[in-house]
Amino acid sequence: MDDWLIAIIKVVCIWVWVLLIAVVMTWVERRGAALIQDRPGPNRAGPWGLFQPLADGIKLFTKEEIIPTKAQKLLYIMGPLLFSVPAFSAYAVVPFGDKIILGGKEIILQVSDVNIGFLFILAIGSMAVYGVILGGWGSNNKYSILGGLRSTAQMVSYEVPLGLALLAIVFVYGTFSLRDISLAQQGTFLGFLPNWGIFKQPLGFILFIVAAYAEANRVPFDLPEAESEIVSGYHTEYGSMRLGLYLFGEYVNLVTISGVIVALYFGSWHMPYIDLGAYLGPISWGIVSFCIFFLKVSFFLWMFVWVRWTLPRFRYDQVMGLGWRGLIPLGLFNIFITALFIQLTV
Amino acid sequence: MDLKNRVEQCLGPKNFVVAMTECQGDLSVEVPKRSVVDVMRLLRNTPDLGFNFLSDLLGVDNLDLNKPKKKPKKKTEEGEGAETEEEPKDKGPSPPRYEVVYLLLCLERNERLQVKVRVEENDMEVDTLTPVWKAADWPEREVFDMFGIRFKGHPNLKRLLMWDDFPAHPLRKDYPLEGQGEERHLIYDD
Amino acid sequence: MNQNPTSQTSYEPGNYVTINIGPSHPSMHGTLRIAAVTDGETIVKADPEIGYLHRGVEKLGENLTYHQFIPITDRLNYCSAIPNNVSYEMAVEKLMGIEVPEKAQLIRVIMMELARIADHQVCIGILGVDLGAFTPFFYLIIQREEIYEIFEWFNGARLTNTFGRIGGVDADLPDDFEQRWEELKPGVRKANDETEKLLTHNRIWMDRTIGISAFSAEDALNWGFTGPCLRACGVKRDLRIDEPCCMYDKFKFEVPVGKNGDVFDRYIVRMIEMEESLKIIDQAYKLYKEMPPDAPLMARVPKVIKPPAGEVYSALESPNGELGFFVKSDGSANPYRIRIRPPCYMMFQALPELAEGEMVADLIACISSLNIIAGELDR
Repeated sequence: MDDWLIAIIKVVCIWVWVLLIAVVMTWVERRGAALIQDRPGPNRAGPWGLFQPLADGIKLFTKEEIIPTKAQKLLYIMGPLLFSVPAFSAYAVVPFGDKIILGGKEIILQVSDVNIGFLFILAIGSMAVYGVILGGWGSNNKYSILGGLRSTAQMVSYEVPLGLALLAIVFVYGTFSLRDISLAQQGTFLGFLPNWGIFKQPLGFILFIVAAYAEANRVPFDLPEAESEIVSGYHTEYGSMRLGLYLFGEYVNLVTISGVIVALYFGSWHMPYIDLGAYLGPISWGIVSFCIFFLKVSFFLWMFVWVRWTLPRFRYDQVMGLGWRGLIPLGLFNIFITALFIQLTV
Repeated sequence: MDLKNRVEQCLGPKNFVVAMTECQGDLSVEVPKRSVVDVMRLLRNTPDLGFNFLSDLLGVDNLDLNKPKKKPKKKTEEGEGAETEEEPKDKGPSPPRYEVVYLLLCLERNERLQVKVRVEENDMEVDTLTPVWKAADWPEREVFDMFGIRFKGHPNLKRLLMWDDFPAHPLRKDYPLEGQGEERHLIYDD
Repeated sequence: MNQNPTSQTSYEPGNYVTINIGPSHPSMHGTLRIAAVTDGETIVKADPEIGYLHRGVEKLGENLTYHQFIPITDRLNYCSAIPNNVSYEMAVEKLMGIEVPEKAQLIRVIMMELARIADHQVCIGILGVDLGAFTPFFYLIIQREEIYEIFEWFNGARLTNTFGRIGGVDADLPDDFEQRWEELKPGVRKANDETEKLLTHNRIWMDRTIGISAFSAEDALNWGFTGPCLRACGVKRDLRIDEPCCMYDKFKFEVPVGKNGDVFDRYIVRMIEMEESLKIIDQAYKLYKEMPPDAPLMARVPKVIKPPAGEVYSALESPNGELGFFVKSDGSANPYRIRIRPPCYMMFQALPELAEGEMVADLIACISSLNIIAGELDR
């Protein structure tokens, strides 16, 4: 097989896969909310309401597209695209398994193992801000603009602690490549812990997950779309599939973030203590590693749902305060400690 | 000493009491319109009265009470427009048409008092109570909205419940209950 | 908290943005409107506008008979219709000098306290929703459903109960009330407990509520606050104790009092009041069981109610505060004038003072903690 053919197959597969998870996530979110809130949740479309996302998709696709008269049309149309395209492309550098050997050819389960790894994710993630702010501005609605501004300030602020947490990871592993980091998490650490990033970077993990929630605009940081304050924030004026793209982009972001968390801090496709790769054949190990990775991702996806239906929402100034006064000093401290350790031990 | 005597003692010397009535234990005292703010200050600050809480403020239109008793009216197309033209059997000057009732409360002794002010139709202005109690703000606006009684010195005397260019004052007794009466019959100029 | 941002820095007047919050906005309870002048997210001036739900209830009252007006009072505070009904009935009874039989009074107390629990549950649930905590709302609303089941089974209506008649109540409590009540009680306690676990000591919740729209006792009295919001400011005033009606003086219960008058205190006061209401119902039901089964439920009331000419004001402690009815009679079968004193009307007018200098998100928290119900606000 040609390399480019493999690449195309991987791109298509992972794209479909991520889309599928995002679709299922909309269902998980509702059923999860219902589970937590002691109510049935959507249960009419299909078994356990599983076709609910399909019904929603049909609804969103067939709805009339309305552009507000006074909206800035170009920006208004570009907003959702600028938001969702980076969301879809960010997963390209996140692995989804170890490797699989087909026909004597080794295929790594990752669209592309670039050596700038999560720098790419950070860069692409920052692009999403444009979608939000342009959508908020182009809608010509005060609520939208407030939502857009909140989102911009929040995403820009929280990229700093996110970057700081990732920097400490680079100190530990000496590489930007998510695949190399994943491979380095095999075995045990200090003799009894799995050799996972979280045990080497506990503070870094907390920083990362808080900042990641803020980046994904999830509760308790969902100020850009706080429905009780600013109606729906930046997508107040959107309808039909444009709204769908925004909502969908968010779920894709969740998948990416969970993937990154698992790859960096939770030992990627490795089981703790057991190296399954040594016992299984190349093909079955490829499939098993994919399953392990996916299970871990599912846990973090569920955590997004869990947290969303548990916590109240921050206020805007409190979010900023937490970011600049809490997370950034902690991130710097974390880098200092990490650097000190490395200096002393290596 | 019961409340009636205490109120009498407090307001009497300054000739503030026009009339005093009691209904099922609710004491109400009528005071002259021009001195209503003084009365309220007095009621609030006198130690053995201490009415320190304005519970509510409302308007009453006495049009039907002042009218001579007559057969129950039958509904016609003209509505109330025709009714008011019935021959007035004048026996002396009729009492003023509107009244503003202040419901006061003393938190220490849990006593309530109604203070009443009569408002003539040709002088529909009462001094505002907002400097004494901020709570008088919206109720005064509502009385203005519903009866057209103006409150002198009110910081923001706009309509409260009806929209700004609504032409009538709906709680007046001559406001017809059905139809768009306000547009046909009643256009007040104030 | 109530600092004026303009006094610290001078801004160009054109830099303010006026945000029109409402009348159709997810967190405007019913249809309120607030024209908020904001500087960034800080509110410089909040100007409440009401009247979007005005139905002319007072005018309607002047043209209906005394009994016909009872269903209209359901539509005031539609979250807890029963105290509205009872308050109006009490005003007419006072006007006519009717003494209501004790058994009827006990049934009124039981139903009113159930309504109080339901009202507080809605208020706290909505406060949670407005602050982004969605889940407690469902825990509470499920229990409110149970209370509404009792209402439905007693009155035939869930929301608009039209409870009682002038001079008493129309029906006795059904036989299996005790069973239903014993089933309801642990559920309410559990829901409250879970809500408390999710919210009270939650750091985000505390950050969002403590010190927000705090009001001093003096200001609160000046603005005419009553009910839980006044008690949150530290004034121990509860009409159930201060001007007892319906045999409230026979029950032992605590009146919770706050300190700062902020959103958190209002929330806590309501939480404790629910527990106290449960105790009151227990005591009232105990007294009720001691009554002979054939004790009268209605006083002797003429078929057509024509109270003597006169005017009275009667108030009771509704879940929101002092709910008063001023009824003036001219001796005919229709009330001459009915004036309703809704509790949240007095509190909502203080909004400019409560919200000034706060942020937009706090304005929403403030409104929901005052429990503004557009139905009784606009009448």
